Amino acid sequence: MELYELTAHELSDLLREKKVGAVEITRSLLDRIEKVDAKVGSYITVCRDRAIEKAREVEGKIYRGEANSPLAGIPMAIKDNMCTEGVLTTCASRMLSNFIPPYDSTVVKKLNAEDVILLGKTNMDEFAMGSSTENSYFKRTKNPWDLERVPGGSSGGSAAAVAACEAVFALGSDTGGSIRQPASFCGVVGLKPTYGAVSRFGLVAFASSLDQIGPLAKDVTDCALAMNAIAGYDPLDSTSADMNYPDYTRSLVNDIKGIKIGIPKEYIGEGIHGEVKKAVLEAVETLRRLGAECEEFSLPITEYAIPAYYLISSAEASSNLARYDGIKYGYRAEKFTDLLDLYKQTRSEGFGAEVKRRIMLGTYALSSGYYDAYYKKALQVRTLIKQGFDQAFSKYDLVVGPTAPTTAFKIGEKADNPLEMYLEDIYTVSVNIAGLPGLVIPCGMDGNNLPIGLQLIGKAFDESTLLRVAYTFEQNTDFHKNRPRI
Amino acid sequence: MEYEIVIGLEVHAELSTKSKIYCSCTTEFGGEENTHCCPICTGMPGVLPVLNKKVVEYAVRAGLATNCTIADYSKQDRKNYFYPDLPKAYQISQYDFPLCKNGYIDIETDGKTKRVGITRIHIEEDAGKLMHDEWDTGTLVDYNRCGVPLIEIVGEPDLRSAEEARAYMEKLRSILQFIGVSDCKMQEGSLRADVNLSVRPVGQKELGTRTEMKNLNSFRSIVRAVEAEAQRQIREIESGGTVVQETRRWDDERGLSVSMRSKEEAHDYRYFPEPDLVPIVLDKEWVEGIRASLPELPDARKKRYVREFGLPEYDAEILTSSKVLSDFFDDAVKQSSNAKAVSNWIMGDLMRILKEKGMEVENIPFPAGYLARLVGLIEKGTISGTIAKKVFEKMFLSGKGPETIVKEEGLEVVSDEGALTAVVRKVLDNNPQSVADYRKGKEKALGFLVGQAMRETKGKADPQLINKLLKEAMDKA
Ligand SMILES: [Zn+2]
Repeated sequence: MELYELTAHELSDLLREKKVGAVEITRSLLDRIEKVDAKVGSYITVCRDRAIEKAREVEGKIYRGEANSPLAGIPMAIKDNMCTEGVLTTCASRMLSNFIPPYDSTVVKKLNAEDVILLGKTNMDEFAMGSSTENSYFKRTKNPWDLERVPGGSSGGSAAAVAACEAVFALGSDTGGSIRQPASFCGVVGLKPTYGAVSRFGLVAFASSLDQIGPLAKDVTDCALAMNAIAGYDPLDSTSADMNYPDYTRSLVNDIKGIKIGIPKEYIGEGIHGEVKKAVLEAVETLRRLGAECEEFSLPITEYAIPAYYLISSAEASSNLARYDGIKYGYRAEKFTDLLDLYKQTRSEGFGAEVKRRIMLGTYALSSGYYDAYYKKALQVRTLIKQGFDQAFSKYDLVVGPTAPTTAFKIGEKADNPLEMYLEDIYTVSVNIAGLPGLVIPCGMDGNNLPIGLQLIGKAFDESTLLRVAYTFEQNTDFHKNRPRI
Repeated sequence: MEYEIVIGLEVHAELSTKSKIYCSCTTEFGGEENTHCCPICTGMPGVLPVLNKKVVEYAVRAGLATNCTIADYSKQDRKNYFYPDLPKAYQISQYDFPLCKNGYIDIETDGKTKRVGITRIHIEEDAGKLMHDEWDTGTLVDYNRCGVPLIEIVGEPDLRSAEEARAYMEKLRSILQFIGVSDCKMQEGSLRADVNLSVRPVGQKELGTRTEMKNLNSFRSIVRAVEAEAQRQIREIESGGTVVQETRRWDDERGLSVSMRSKEEAHDYRYFPEPDLVPIVLDKEWVEGIRASLPELPDARKKRYVREFGLPEYDAEILTSSKVLSDFFDDAVKQSSNAKAVSNWIMGDLMRILKEKGMEVENIPFPAGYLARLVGLIEKGTISGTIAKKVFEKMFLSGKGPETIVKEEGLEVVSDEGALTAVVRKVLDNNPQSVADYRKGKEKALGFLVGQAMRETKGKADPQLINKLLKEAMDKA
């Protein structure tokens, strides 16, 4: 087996036993990127020299016994919407195509403190708006399982990089499913933590009340290790939860006896692809066999989750993206007649179609005369969705279901039909709306040899139960061992 | 027809916290362009605001000092609009749940007290400043003021004249200074007002259509703008037209206002709750602690001056109109037995000299104790009132103590009979006509002769003694 194929915990063991050095591992990953990224297109920026330099430094630290983190010397990737000091951070937009942040996001600071090696910044849908990574100004990322298909989105670059062994693990962000759906499409483990568990400081905002950073990894153990590194209270983020965070690796227990699991009827009814449904129900059977108590229940107003999500997220986005005006940084139109024209030209040329669509939708939803009918209504739906989950969690420890209605679709297949694309998020948005943690783990392959992901939804700040159930599932199945051939 | 003017003011005051409202940058005024800023206050991608707790405390102090109810729950909202001085393209403000509401202050005009309602006080962030560059190739922007905390004090439309508007602004300024939440320097823009104004025929109940004039930053411009806008609206109505609801820009140089935008063109700010911040939930005990820590407010201090020192209401009002002035008075009084005399000096010569020199009270080059000592020198008879005025002027020039000036310049009152007898002799010899008039019973002539003697001694003679010596000499002969 090649070094780039190993998980973080496997590499960490080798590093600690001094069987291999951080530089060697980093080179292995960089060479892999060199070899396959022209086909996959996971990265917008690869920081080759920087990565090797950092690996040298960390290697020294490891030899001197100064690097204690299990992630020390592990090369990883970061979605291009998290600010990295001195490294281009584009959000896959022309608008920020020249933006080099003067500061690090909190997650990057935390990962640096763990001595991880940053390989580069991954491709995504522009400003994280999309479910296929087709809305990138720079390139299209391909699904490593089938290069004619999308990797999902918006964290498609991060998911593809992990699946194609171009990064040991990666960070993504999830506003309505942007970690979980690409994890499902690419056959990796993805975790969207509870809102407030991971600092958003330095994450370029899409929808502030929904955005959350989380890991994409080859297995559940790596996911827990990454969570240990990035979760925690941050005084720079007012919405960050000030509490004691657990050691997530303590949840890696192969035992789910007595765990109560609910399966929402609405998630396995109309609209779901047959093979996906079959794999999910088989996974539920596996969980039952391993000792969990599983039953179906009804999660009301699921049908309103998508409209509520698109109103809230677009409203916030319309305000969050207003700062890209060509005045201070980023793209500025070359030709303009006056201030208003500078704004118009810059924003017309700097943003892609999907971003403009959401800005217009959000602006409309917040406009006087429409606010009550749209934005306020959406907030009311939000409250109801939260209540629905509260009720579910009074009975169950965990809610389990599909991640997306289908497996990875063909590039261009849904690009011209935004509504159909929006339905990709039907099983994921409620989790963001309710601020809950959601974990996706591979649970099967369809007839086209494309991965299917099982979604586990937990109580707020109960990532531990998600990890425990996922770990148990993983220990008793082989789906996570599948790797695409590129 | 007679018209009544109806005015409501929205006053913005910069809070004097050390750091900005959502980041740790300094709020210091002046500083080279774009040096008091960071990724947060310049709206870089990915940054988040964190509310400075001092700002809440200062705003609550302002609310309590203006008799407001303090909300135990309030929140912050985004006010969205594009302008280059607003880096995030939204201002974080408060929309439907302000920190303070339903307060009032008392103002005084023509000796009458009037209660003016305060609708609400909320916190928000200031914007940057646009500057046209020297080479005229474009516009530059300075973000130093971006994120400086402000309170907006929204007043009820209770004011009826330019004088009342001025009195309201002065009272607000004095209150904010007394409680130490704002330095209220209008020339630096740390206190400014939007004027909402309408007119209606006297006796009419419904309000007329109002206009708004933005960002007036001196008492003088507020008074002038109110007068001019009221006249404009009256002319409009008298000539058969109607007042249009609009925002107008006051041009202080030309002394008139011009239309900026109509109601139809008004911005839709698309307010919505700021998702990057959590609601402000205040503990009752904490608020009560702040209430207990409030210092003596201008109204209380004014009453104390009248009660304890027997000052006229008017003088007490002027003295308490500014915290620095009032503190100066208090300081001087502590070291003097004659508060009234100290007050008279401040109200008279001190104010006059400040005005002549274009100085502020905080720039007085000597401590308040010097004024107390000057008053003491007069009381002891060491110097005359006339000489004291000269000494006072010199104190402004040199900052030296009154005793030092008197000694250095030899200004003590001459009360040596021997030295003055010669002067009296000389004056009588030089003015035989006046002496004759006095003897004929014209008392006025004595006054003239005293004046001549004082002149002869350059004001240093003890006038009482001169008077006595002159009388004796003339009565004797
Ligand atoms: Zn700052």
